[in-house]
Amino acid sequence: MSQPNLLGIEDLEPAEILRILDAAEHMVEIGHRAVKKVPTLRGRTIVNLFFEPSTRTRASFEIAGKRLSADVINFSPSSSSLKKSESILDTARTLDAMDPDAVVVRHGVAGVPKRVADVLSAPVINAGDGAHEHPTQALLDCFTVRQQKGRIDGLTVTIVGDILHSRVARSNIYAFLKLGAEVRVAAPPPMLPPHVEQMGVKAFTSLREALDGADVVMALRIQNERLAGAYFPSAREYSATFGLDRAKMRYAKDDAIVMHPGPVNRGVELSHDLADHRPSVILDQVRNGVALRMAVLYLYAGRRTADEG
Amino acid sequence: MSRILVRGGRVLDPSTDRDELADVLLESGRVVSVGPDLRVDDVEVIEAAGCWVVPGFIDLHSHLREPGQEYKEDIATGGRAAVAGGFTAVACMANTQPVNDDPATTDFIIDRARQDSPARVYPVAAATKGLEGRVMTEMAALVDAGAVAFSDDGKTIMDSGVMRHVLEYSRLVDAPVITHAEDRTLVADGVMNEGAVSTRLGLPGNPGIAEDVLVARDLMLAEFTEAHLHVAHVSTRGAVELIRRARDRGVHVTAEVAPHHLTLTDESVTGYDTHAKVAPPLRSEADRDACRAGLVDGTLDAIATDHAPHAQHEKEVDFVEAPPGMIGFETAAAVTLELVRSGDLTPLEWIRRLSTNPARILGRPGGSLGEGKTADVTIVDPERAWVYDPAKGCSKSRNSPWAGKSLTGRVVATLVEGRRVYDVERGPLT
Repeated sequence: MSQPNLLGIEDLEPAEILRILDAAEHMVEIGHRAVKKVPTLRGRTIVNLFFEPSTRTRASFEIAGKRLSADVINFSPSSSSLKKSESILDTARTLDAMDPDAVVVRHGVAGVPKRVADVLSAPVINAGDGAHEHPTQALLDCFTVRQQKGRIDGLTVTIVGDILHSRVARSNIYAFLKLGAEVRVAAPPPMLPPHVEQMGVKAFTSLREALDGADVVMALRIQNERLAGAYFPSAREYSATFGLDRAKMRYAKDDAIVMHPGPVNRGVELSHDLADHRPSVILDQVRNGVALRMAVLYLYAGRRTADEG
Repeated sequence: MSRILVRGGRVLDPSTDRDELADVLLESGRVVSVGPDLRVDDVEVIEAAGCWVVPGFIDLHSHLREPGQEYKEDIATGGRAAVAGGFTAVACMANTQPVNDDPATTDFIIDRARQDSPARVYPVAAATKGLEGRVMTEMAALVDAGAVAFSDDGKTIMDSGVMRHVLEYSRLVDAPVITHAEDRTLVADGVMNEGAVSTRLGLPGNPGIAEDVLVARDLMLAEFTEAHLHVAHVSTRGAVELIRRARDRGVHVTAEVAPHHLTLTDESVTGYDTHAKVAPPLRSEADRDACRAGLVDGTLDAIATDHAPHAQHEKEVDFVEAPPGMIGFETAAAVTLELVRSGDLTPLEWIRRLSTNPARILGRPGGSLGEGKTADVTIVDPERAWVYDPAKGCSKSRNSPWAGKSLTGRVVATLVEGRRVYDVERGPLT
């Protein structure tokens, strides 16, 4: 890996993305064993520094770390010491003094993992920062697509929903473009970020056009507080215009798969039957998430082992 | 009072369009004579060869934080930072604690400045009580106490009816109303300029249209009420164009632009450095270029720093939580000299925007080295290279995007009312 931290897919070379995906292939196998544990990171300390509540991503990182025999500490300043306006850099300096081997950071505001990494000597893994990036989610999405389709190069990937506020969208845009896919985004106009085309995607306000010929359709979660009418009139209207169901999926390729980073607002982004059954691969995404995060921890937290001989 | 001869500098005086090598004799707080090779005995000499000798800079926009937030800055440290930056007078905004919305607070600021500040301090009083945008302040009493203008700076008067009456009433006291023009409903949760960079960084955007809409409203209200509107820290191409057209129609509008909006863009936010967070935000290159063009063609009258000190711990939080603002007194000259080096402004026109025009807008003395004028003088070495270290500066705070940067052009001495108050080698002399 050319950089010590995994802050975003924007910083990665395509070869580095593939290296992580390849490493994850090996990790999948560990998950199939009766004893799902290898000694790779024994004696290493990984801190999950989650400023924002998260159940799924934190659990996924925790399981990944433990399967590699690392000591995993969960540190959630939002629920303990960190009051509003407390210096984040102070928190990082305090943590640094405890000499962890890797720090997994999630924060509701873009840029915090970067600021923490500027202060910490340990590698920082971004577990999601504001509407900026969520690199491990994009990597596991790429992994899942490659698993399902056998390739990424040449595919058409359509991302539907709240692109404006989505770190998952940004990381996936970078990842799929770097691996040779065509990426489209579709949303009600207020949820399309300004100048999003400059990221290399095609932007649509017609779901039908965006789905035409798509191999992969990714629905994004609409946060509950945004269902209230600021960006679109109502959940009902959203569901009718941008919610995915089997009828709308007919615009995509016959073998198109449906993805969602979870948790799903059933009946809003996805119809019930689409969420639970093929072509949905949502549970594959979750399963692959552990293997992918094992690969990331191995490649980033394992560095110090190598550096120190 | 002693006599001082500033010798051998290039005298730049926009009030008389003077630009020549000359000596300047100051006595009893006044400019006595200006001319080549003045022969004077028994005089303190300041050698100014290679330097520009100009009327002291006047800042239309700063935050001195006293009373109430002295951990960020106070009138003494702010005043020293001002003269270190060549400012002989600074207008200070009303968002102190308590808000400067009654004559007692204005009195306090003036009194404190008289005791502590080497720079003249001109209090800008709040336009509405508590900066709440509802009830206008006692403008007549505030002007009697020494307020020079009215502004809810930091906040925008969103209620158009209130703004109308504030502008109308300001005609009673003949003082400008300074608008911080950002439509709060369009700013929403924005913390940086809305555009390609905010999309990439994933930070909530504050669109330029938020400024354009409010500038348009306030220009129409100024035209309607025939009051003097001053637009603070213009940052968008749209606002520059709106002001240009209003000026052409004869609206009594003046405007300022900050050094950061003339030189930086939203690319500075890459890396999430909270020192690049400011309100209004650093904009696109097109906006920056329009601000420059507006300053050059006179649409924007003045360069004003919006010096806004914040403590280090306040900036070490996430980008949303961090307070907007950057300090600016000590870097303003060096940073804006870029426009002189690029050929956009002559030295004389540069000084006009830092001194003569601000004096005119406030109706205060200064901005001139004419004989008999007040002896507020700044000496600038336009070629002097230095590295800016806020820790060695005079402000209490260090929140500057230019920290650690190499700059060219430095204020080497400042005189207020004929008295030396700053020397680059010795620092503030008070």
